[in-house]
Amino acid sequence: MLEIHNLHVTVEGRDILKGIDLTIQPGETHAIMGPNGSGKSTLANVIAGREGYTVTQGGIRFDGKNLLEMDAETRACEGLFLAFQYPVEIPGVANLYFLKAAVNAVRKYRGESPVDAMDFWELVRERMELVKMDESMLKRSVNEGFSGGEKKRNEIFQMAVLQPRFAVLDETDSGLDIDALKVVADGVNALRSPERGFLVITHYQRLLDYIVPDHVHVLVNGKIARSGGKELAVELEEQGYALYNEEPGRARRVAA
Amino acid sequence: MTDSTLERLATSDYKYGFITDIEHDTVPPGLNEAVIRLISAKKQEPDWLLNWRLEAFRHWLTLATPQWARVHYPPIDYQAISYYSAPKQKGEGPKSLDEIDPELRRTYEKLGIPLAEQEILAGVAVDAVFDSVSVATSYKGKLAEKGIIFCSFSEAVHEYPDLVRKYLGTVVPYRDNYYATLNSAVFSDGSFVYIPKGVRCPMELSTYFRINASNTGQFERTLIIADEGAYVSYLEGCTAPQRDENQLHAAVVELITLDDATIKYSTVQNWYPGDAEGKGGIYNFVTKRGMCRGRNSKISWTQVETGSAITWKYPSCILRGENSVGEFYSVALTRDYQQADTGTKMIHIGKNTRSTIVSKGISSGRGQNAYRGLVKILPTAENARNHSQCDSLLMGDQCGAHTFPYIDVQNPSAQVEHEASTSKINEDQIFYCKQRGISTEDAVSLIVNGFCKEVFKELPMEFAVEAQKLIELKLEGSVG
Repeated sequence: MLEIHNLHVTVEGRDILKGIDLTIQPGETHAIMGPNGSGKSTLANVIAGREGYTVTQGGIRFDGKNLLEMDAETRACEGLFLAFQYPVEIPGVANLYFLKAAVNAVRKYRGESPVDAMDFWELVRERMELVKMDESMLKRSVNEGFSGGEKKRNEIFQMAVLQPRFAVLDETDSGLDIDALKVVADGVNALRSPERGFLVITHYQRLLDYIVPDHVHVLVNGKIARSGGKELAVELEEQGYALYNEEPGRARRVAA
Repeated sequence: MTDSTLERLATSDYKYGFITDIEHDTVPPGLNEAVIRLISAKKQEPDWLLNWRLEAFRHWLTLATPQWARVHYPPIDYQAISYYSAPKQKGEGPKSLDEIDPELRRTYEKLGIPLAEQEILAGVAVDAVFDSVSVATSYKGKLAEKGIIFCSFSEAVHEYPDLVRKYLGTVVPYRDNYYATLNSAVFSDGSFVYIPKGVRCPMELSTYFRINASNTGQFERTLIIADEGAYVSYLEGCTAPQRDENQLHAAVVELITLDDATIKYSTVQNWYPGDAEGKGGIYNFVTKRGMCRGRNSKISWTQVETGSAITWKYPSCILRGENSVGEFYSVALTRDYQQADTGTKMIHIGKNTRSTIVSKGISSGRGQNAYRGLVKILPTAENARNHSQCDSLLMGDQCGAHTFPYIDVQNPSAQVEHEASTSKINEDQIFYCKQRGISTEDAVSLIVNGFCKEVFKELPMEFAVEAQKLIELKLEGSVG
């Protein structure tokens, strides 16, 4: 469902992604691991359509459509979701109101009428349980004054309500304690289905104990250095990313 | 998102710029005692009022234009303005709402203010002021049953001279300031409200101001008195046609609350702001002030200022009664070349008086937005409290936000708090919304409405919806 082909991306003239090839089928969960500065978040942002990234070569297709030709909101309406590494605060806008605006934007795109208030409320109630979210969070302004854990939980909650076909989780585990991590992972796992694809971006293997991926890719210096099954994540945890360091001298030292 | 996108979003057409083709009875431009006598004569005013006008005029001649506000405009030629313009009446004046000139009726319908009572928003009585005169007041009969007086100012002068004479100029004396003094000399009409003792006004009262004629100024006066234990919520809306010249609107509003009375005064101001190059638009130089005379009385101002080329306006409260409360909630939006210098004055005189100020300024394009506020605690104001919060939101990089808080505390028991913030709508917020499927335009209005929420929630329901739509309209790129 998501095909990334020879993707090269620059940011302010610097080469960040240098030829990524990655195909994700419906029902699959792929993990991208890599050290800081390897281009993980760039990949997430390019998929979601954030401005400021220039694709110099290659492309991304989503269900056969050219993703790079769509603006960010169209991608979202097509069923693409990004769980943000740093969820943004929107003061004065109630979480529930925001979510309803999002749901209705997607429905409008599909030519559907705005969601029925009762139906929406039922869906929200049900999905709140999934991420063990307190009802009071619905009335609070979007992410304002939320703890790190609450913000991440709110991202997964939004995903659960919007029910995208493909979701990118950008370092959703960062800043979470183990209990919050489990709640978030349970939420994600509950949404896994044969039709839905996931791309889980993380620095640590820890998250992948709970969200068990089908494939793991190691991103180093803008390229996928290695791909494998879930056991690759464990290996990385033991050996670190140094093995993949591009500088030949340093790599040799570690290997020796 | 780039600043140019924001700029594009911040420019849209003015919906109310049309001109009503109606015959006017207009006094030739110019300002002198003869003109004032003429206005007074047209209104068949008693001598005391004519004399009051003349005293004001003579005082005005000694004054100079105030220069302290952070607004810039060429000197106004007061001799080039016509001080009175009224739609010509066909034969006798209208006896009821049904007899209003159809052209005028259509104008108000186009503005979304139907004058026939059955069409009016449930629970809102309207006084419609067209140029210099009030053309219609609805629901008068129903209000009269409760002893509530709601009529045009001119009518009040004839029907309730004692009330008018007792309160006129007691909150804003004719010597108050340049524009208030000018208004006192030449004011033509406006609304008058009296809520008797213990009466809670059962509906929202509303005045809709419309400037139509060219080369005229609008100088209306509103006087609202809430007697002991009374309550009233009053709304004010304003629009004007799109013209290349600048037109002057210098109004005066006086509010008076006696013991345990409350007045809630809400404004949605949408005068023509001028075009994208800053040509034309209304100069909105208005003096609004309320006096909490009685114990436990309360005056609450809520304003949404989106129009006018220049807004110079400081709705204020004089908190004289013990335990009296003053509130000021404001949203001011400037775009293109609009300038706003607005805020409030809270003058604490009585014991245990409290005031709250919440000001939200939004600047876009080349708009300049200044908050100017005074909190003054007099030596008599034991245990006075004030909380002020001034937030500014910038859209783009050519606009400006300025905050001028003045605090003067003369009693050591006072507690005065001031908070201020300035933020930019940032790309992260917009991208976050877009990633959830919400378009850029909807994202901007979502974020701006969130920013204004504390103020919008103070508006009566229908007005809150209108204000929100207005802000969206002002920010959308779509042609209205």
